[in-house]
Amino acid sequence: MDCNYLLRSFFYFDLPGIEFAVSYAWRKFLRKKVAVTAAGVLAVIILAAVFAPVLAPHDPYEQFFEGLTLQGAPLPPSAEFFLGTDLLGRDLLSRLLYGARTSLIIGVVANGVAVLLGTFLGVIGGYVGGFIGGAVMRFTDLMMAFPALLLAIALAAIFTPSLWIVALVIALVNWVWVARVIYAQTRSLAESEFIEAVRSLGASWPRILFLHVIPHLAPTVFVWSTLGISTTVLLEATLSFLGIGVRPPMPSWGGIIYESQSYFLDAPWLVFFPGLAILMLALAFNLVGDALRDVLDPTQRGRG
Amino acid sequence: MFLFLAKRFGASGLIVIGITFITFLLSYFIPADPVRMLAGRSATQETVESIRHQLGLDQPLPVQYLKYLGRLVQGDLGRSYKQKTQVAELIASRMPATLKLLVGAIFFEVLFGIPAGIFAASRRGRKADNLAMIASFVGVSAPQFVVGLLLLWVFAYKMALYPLGGYGGLSHLILPAVTLGITGGGWYSRMMRSSMVDVLQQDYIRTARAKGVRESAVVLVHGLRNAVLPVIAMIGMDIGFFMSWTVVVESVYGWPGIGQLTWQSIQVIDTPVIMGVTLVAALAIVIGNFMADLIMPLIDPRLRVR
Amino acid sequence: MQRNWIVLVLLVGFIMTWPWSAVAGEGKKGGTITITYKDDVVTLDPAIGYDWQNWSMIKSLFSGLMDYEPGTTALTPDLAESYSVSDDGLIYTFKLRSGVKFHNGRELVASDVKYSIERTVNPETQSPGQGFYNMIKGFDDVVAGKTERLEGIETSDEQTVVFELSRPDATFLHLLALNFAFIVPKEEVEKWGADFGKHPVGSGAFKLKEWKLGQSIEWVRNPDYHFPDRPKLDGVIFEIGQEPTVALMRLQRGEVDILGDGIPPARFVQIKNDPKYKDQIVEGGQLHTGYVTMNVRMEPFDDARVRKAVNMAINKDRVVKIINNRAVVANQPLPPAMPGYDPDYEGYPYDPEQAKDLLAEAGYPDGFETELWTMNVDPNPRIAQSMQQNLAAIGIKADILNQSQGPVIAAGGEPDQAPMIWSGGMAWIADYPDPSNFYGPILGCGGAVKGGWNWAWYCNEEIEKMATKADSMSDPAQAEKRIDLWREIFIKIMDDAPWAPIFNEQRFTMHSPRVKGKPSYFVDPVHIPINYENIYVED
Repeated sequence: MDCNYLLRSFFYFDLPGIEFAVSYAWRKFLRKKVAVTAAGVLAVIILAAVFAPVLAPHDPYEQFFEGLTLQGAPLPPSAEFFLGTDLLGRDLLSRLLYGARTSLIIGVVANGVAVLLGTFLGVIGGYVGGFIGGAVMRFTDLMMAFPALLLAIALAAIFTPSLWIVALVIALVNWVWVARVIYAQTRSLAESEFIEAVRSLGASWPRILFLHVIPHLAPTVFVWSTLGISTTVLLEATLSFLGIGVRPPMPSWGGIIYESQSYFLDAPWLVFFPGLAILMLALAFNLVGDALRDVLDPTQRGRG
Repeated sequence: MFLFLAKRFGASGLIVIGITFITFLLSYFIPADPVRMLAGRSATQETVESIRHQLGLDQPLPVQYLKYLGRLVQGDLGRSYKQKTQVAELIASRMPATLKLLVGAIFFEVLFGIPAGIFAASRRGRKADNLAMIASFVGVSAPQFVVGLLLLWVFAYKMALYPLGGYGGLSHLILPAVTLGITGGGWYSRMMRSSMVDVLQQDYIRTARAKGVRESAVVLVHGLRNAVLPVIAMIGMDIGFFMSWTVVVESVYGWPGIGQLTWQSIQVIDTPVIMGVTLVAALAIVIGNFMADLIMPLIDPRLRVR
Repeated sequence: MQRNWIVLVLLVGFIMTWPWSAVAGEGKKGGTITITYKDDVVTLDPAIGYDWQNWSMIKSLFSGLMDYEPGTTALTPDLAESYSVSDDGLIYTFKLRSGVKFHNGRELVASDVKYSIERTVNPETQSPGQGFYNMIKGFDDVVAGKTERLEGIETSDEQTVVFELSRPDATFLHLLALNFAFIVPKEEVEKWGADFGKHPVGSGAFKLKEWKLGQSIEWVRNPDYHFPDRPKLDGVIFEIGQEPTVALMRLQRGEVDILGDGIPPARFVQIKNDPKYKDQIVEGGQLHTGYVTMNVRMEPFDDARVRKAVNMAINKDRVVKIINNRAVVANQPLPPAMPGYDPDYEGYPYDPEQAKDLLAEAGYPDGFETELWTMNVDPNPRIAQSMQQNLAAIGIKADILNQSQGPVIAAGGEPDQAPMIWSGGMAWIADYPDPSNFYGPILGCGGAVKGGWNWAWYCNEEIEKMATKADSMSDPAQAEKRIDLWREIFIKIMDDAPWAPIFNEQRFTMHSPRVKGKPSYFVDPVHIPINYENIYVED
């Protein structure tokens, strides 16, 4: 550590190459540890979702008589209920374990689709340009101004509420933000010197697009696909409230927060634990993804 | 340039009309009867039908829509079903609060997000970078209601540094704006960091470094100018976003913005108000995105070519 | 012969209890209080306003012929100085108090009364209260748009109003105490048009000073109010758009005097347990019942045994506990504070075993699948989940559909959409303290129509006849008999069990220490959350 620090401070400005080599090894070591931990967390969440019936200490739907005080207040963490109980006297830990299923699907699948769709259309808007690009971006503007809450209520009434409908709505609402940012970046990339250089060397446009433009968009896409996990898991709760999400009593992390957030001052565990779970999921994805990219493509190291 | 503007305005007009159409259609897909909600629970069938007739809701949908457009062209947004007040008046009464919150929130998002992003990028892979990353994830994962309540409880109730909610000057604005800044700033910082990292690896930055330019100057002068583009796109989007998605913060702080109006009118299917606020949001988004597209070439001259 | 003795009795009672004797000793004039609300105030037009928030605001800005004694459900004349009813119950003659002034300074006369009620009945006003006045002669012609004048209202001179009804109706005086019959000045209504609701001018205890849309409403005392000792307060300020949790913090800090939305459920237990606030919380009943409707036209709820089984399956104590004991368990449609409530009726016991037997008897030994609709605002989804677990215990698998109120109300108004609805957040709080109001729209045949509020679609011809009879007993001598008949009706309905009554909500009003008054003023059954006219402050 000290050695590294000395080397770095000595060579930092003048010899980026050495800084590069030394810190690379050091970081690789550090990164691995973090990445391994993150992968562990991710595995735990996935296993929890899969094996929830085995792991849960209680039935997540059982409203225990002794799970509420005489005045109907939820119980703080105890030996009986490790993470306390919710507003109906159900075991919070068991509900978090089962809720992992919903939240994984929403956070990963729905958000993933939104990011892919947004990236695809954003690149078309920014790289293809012209009439098609313009049309795509105006369509994005249109979708952005669209009253999403109204759409949610209408869909809730038309379809039977289900997880997949929520996923669809989230994808439908969220891709526009991704598209807009990707568009801005693609435009800037398309005009940069190195793309100009590649083009003058006679590279075909698909080659430019896939080998030179898209790799540079990766960090942005990565930010959206990891940070987006948190926001979509919370958005699912809002949609559930409007009648389009998972039906009660099925648990979801966002739902637990949503229904108990006004109890925050007196029953903080009801917000803290599911909030922590969402944070861990998003962070773990970020770290694991980061490390994977390191291994697969050394030139992309450290972005995102 | 003129041609560009003309095209863009033409397209924007179409967008706004398209949005009015979809919104109008959607409000009829909802299987709730606005007239029933209006007439109340003791109304007779005759009352309901006569109200329906007077609001013109007994006419075919296309006729209703065309009539709405006709009034819209004359600048008439109609009257709220529920409140009977002019929609324009309702929106106008809430616009100043929304604009204040918008400016305040973007200020704090930028204040928290951009420096954190630059800082993290310039110390990439180190502890500071990781801390900034965790902070941004915490901000994004925290429910606004909880952050708002917590800030109020600590800074207004316990410490009495700020007023306990309400609409007013700077002291009223700070907490709601900070709440939005915390929960939205995470996005800015991650975006800023990732695009800064990308830019700092480019050849011209190496050239600058090789010329012996100070690192801080490299980052702030050469890097920032190019790295900030996606963030500007995000600010453009935020302008529209804040028109309808700030209801939670508004209600925690008792801030009379447009989000509460939107939420309440959707709950009772007050179509004229829903249409009105959607129109305003659409305009804001069109203007926001348009400004972002105009500003980007000013910062990055290469974009002017197109 | 006119029965003037009623007037006499009422007048004596009136003079004895109210206002000079009772009020003289309590409270001085002066001071301003602040009240918070989360939702926007929609309108203050008495013909239009019909939610619990603007209902009592309108009561303090306007006045009508009749009113209730503060803190009770006893009728008392307000703008009427005296009144009399003909023997056949068809003619009501009111003598107006003289010298009453509108906030704009003009004197209120008999033609204003006629105008105001005609305005409510006129379809162009779009008043939700229109249907209440269908017994006034000429109602149908006005509704059909043939005329704007109600044949059944005459003004023989400036101080006398005579109503002629097409059928006797025992609730008529209550209907004149509703906001929809409050008196408005024609010139102001015509001046403001549709915006009258934002520029209300009445003859009530307070007048509007300023309305900042979406932010605040400020009232000041009406110096010309026809009860010279009221109101006590110089003014009232409503702050709008405030989250109840934050409003509570402000009350704790002394910035707010009354929580318009009540104590937030999330903080209720803590506040209730804190001895510091013991004297600031007032508890009272209200004319509310929360119930589960079972659509008697949809299988399997067309079988009374199934409906009874549901009644026996739900653990109402647990439901009440979930909402922190802010209610009392109900076993019949009427709430305890309503005349006609039967304290001796025991209702269906909580007995899952017997419920299972009933289901088996009805041919569903293994239960069935159904849907339970509920409005999405807390605590309703939680209450629904609690009942869902109870139902599951006897084999009924009920899917919960939680939606915003519009779609739920719409589904209830269809004959074949919602098998079960939890009424919470939507129904039913009485419009006026008479059992009749708990029958017609929600249990009578008239409400069992498309778009109606009888979500159980219950229509029993025999009971309908009894109800018609009860409503026509307008002779005050029969008042007690009439209430007895209503009592019988509601217990008979429970034999058919179209509802599972769950609880009657209790009201808990929290106020700052400086606000004083009789406890009943803080949980006034008619003025929610408080009776603005009678409370006072001591600093």
